[in-house]
Amino acid sequence: MTTRIDRRFAKLRAEGRPALVTYFMGGDPDYATSLSIMKALPKAGSDVIELGMPFSDPMADGPAIQAAGLRALKAGQTLAKTLAMAAEFRKGDDETPIVMMGYYNPIYIYGVERFLADARAAGVDGLIVVDLPPEMDGELCIPAVEAGINFIRLATPTTDDRRLPKVLENTSGFVYYVSMTGITGAALADTAKVEEAVKRIKGHTGLPVCVGFGVKTAEQARAIGASADGVVVGTAIVNAVANALGPDGKAAADPAEAVSALVDGLARGVRAARLQPAS
Amino acid sequence: MNKPIEPNSFRTGPDEQGMFGMFGGRFVAETLMPLILDLEKEWDKAKTDPAFKAELSALSTFYAGRPSKLYFAEGLTKHLGGAKVYFKREDLNHTGSHKINNCLGQILLAKRMGKKRIIAETGAGQHGVASATVSARFGYPCVVYMGATDVERQMPNVFRMKLLGAEVRPVSAGHGTLKDAMNEALRDWVTNVEDTYYLIGTAAGPHPYPEMVRDFQSVIGSEARAQILEQEGRLPDLVIAAVGGGSNAIGMFHPFLDDRGVRIVGIEAGGRGLQGVEHCASMNAGRPGVLHGNRTYLLQNEDGQILDGHSISAGLDYPGVGPEHSWLRDSGRVEYVPILDDEALEAFQLTTKVEGIIPALESAHAVAHAMKVAPKMAKDQIVIVNLSGRGDKDVHTVAKMMGMEI
Repeated sequence: MTTRIDRRFAKLRAEGRPALVTYFMGGDPDYATSLSIMKALPKAGSDVIELGMPFSDPMADGPAIQAAGLRALKAGQTLAKTLAMAAEFRKGDDETPIVMMGYYNPIYIYGVERFLADARAAGVDGLIVVDLPPEMDGELCIPAVEAGINFIRLATPTTDDRRLPKVLENTSGFVYYVSMTGITGAALADTAKVEEAVKRIKGHTGLPVCVGFGVKTAEQARAIGASADGVVVGTAIVNAVANALGPDGKAAADPAEAVSALVDGLARGVRAARLQPAS
Repeated sequence: MNKPIEPNSFRTGPDEQGMFGMFGGRFVAETLMPLILDLEKEWDKAKTDPAFKAELSALSTFYAGRPSKLYFAEGLTKHLGGAKVYFKREDLNHTGSHKINNCLGQILLAKRMGKKRIIAETGAGQHGVASATVSARFGYPCVVYMGATDVERQMPNVFRMKLLGAEVRPVSAGHGTLKDAMNEALRDWVTNVEDTYYLIGTAAGPHPYPEMVRDFQSVIGSEARAQILEQEGRLPDLVIAAVGGGSNAIGMFHPFLDDRGVRIVGIEAGGRGLQGVEHCASMNAGRPGVLHGNRTYLLQNEDGQILDGHSISAGLDYPGVGPEHSWLRDSGRVEYVPILDDEALEAFQLTTKVEGIIPALESAHAVAHAMKVAPKMAKDQIVIVNLSGRGDKDVHTVAKMMGMEI
């Protein structure tokens, strides 16, 4: 069975360019603004959308995404509302893949079965759940795959060749390579090292490999996109939202416009990635 | 919730997946998984290695001052007029609490694993001090994450850590308490995974930490069990310990779990009462969820967002609890009851007055429960209270509560 994710990567492969994968936090700074950001992403050149599910204790995230999650929660975001946001987006766009990304506890409390049914109904294509390694696949990964939703796994520099097969075993959609050990939003790793890691992972799987953690500029997106099948940008987008807020936390400028401008530049970066040989 | 079938032994967990029934597990980011598997391997080797045991035992004796005494609290017993109350004197250990037991064990593991840097989280600062102490003793740089609120209310311990050469990093996220410190320690660990050993202070976190910390702390219960047999010729009727994350409690309880005649009670922080959110009684007022690498009872809202909770005691101010406690609760072997801030404060003052022992506010919660139940028990019955730490660190908090200036 193919999902929107499979179809999107197949299309981009035919076009000969990597995907721009954009992460934003659902409900930041509020539901309506966040939905307008989501709708603006494909128009600005995003190929795959990662919809962040806010969590009170995001252990693998840096200060920017922590703050975004807290803003969303403060504005009343819940998992039910994040699902509603996906469903609302789907009404106007039936092609751009949606990957929900976050932590396990809100899903566990919502109820795994109920969550998967609602996610599928909302038009969600994939899940990234940071605190569910392959050792815990029975919790959500297997039920998700059975429900026709891709479970996208993170591979990291600490995932060596011995462990990679285990990490890839139940992965579908794409592989998200975290380019460094660390939290989101830290400095970008050396592109040569990233290229080597992407090659290493591709030796184990036919799935597209997307690279994230630390990509902030169009130039970086171009450099990473030279070897990867996709470039993930998160913190830079979340920061663009934060910078559009006034001191009261309400939108001062239009956050959707700020995000669009950034994503437009990043999209040019990934589109230029294969125009010259990778250095 | 259905009660599981009573097992033949309550002391066999966790299973190979690190589960105690449905609790525990390894809910961590992929970056940490290889390291956690390494740690498990190293721990499996170490726990059966006579050289490891011998080194830990020598340090426990000559450095930490074990065995700690089992003391008949005659003054308190007379005052309460019921069962005989004994204190397991973990407050007499080097660094002033039970935390040193676990830190000595884990620093030896860090050494075996060739790690170069120690990180730790701390609530009351007792684990931070113990971590800083063993880091100084073994020559490791040490970073301690501590909630900003806790830094304020536990200044003496912050200063001790600094004297010991540790860097204390205040964490202002959330309410600035233990939960937030643990998040930040995990972020550090994810970033510096190659050379850093995360010295978790409580019997929680991803497998194998809950088992490992329990085993290092079980010296408390093993000693207490042998000591009461020696001093009274029989086992106690009741064992009490305070539960935050639950390391002192699991250490005290575990050796008694299969002594079915011994009633075991864990004390949660009732704070200002369970009706609101101003407490930390995760097993009385929370429900199972996933945080900090394990599934366990958690204080959380209906959306699965973790609540901050409250306790007068920085060491109990944690919205979760070690997974083995959650399992012991559901299996019915251990009862968990709340004690309010005010009751703990009263116990703190009473213990000081009639015993000349200033207990940690955490331990005062356990004493407070003894104050409730001992008077209703027969004079020949025996209660053991785990006096997990000394209260010097808490005098500022207590003075403030009493409206006094120091």
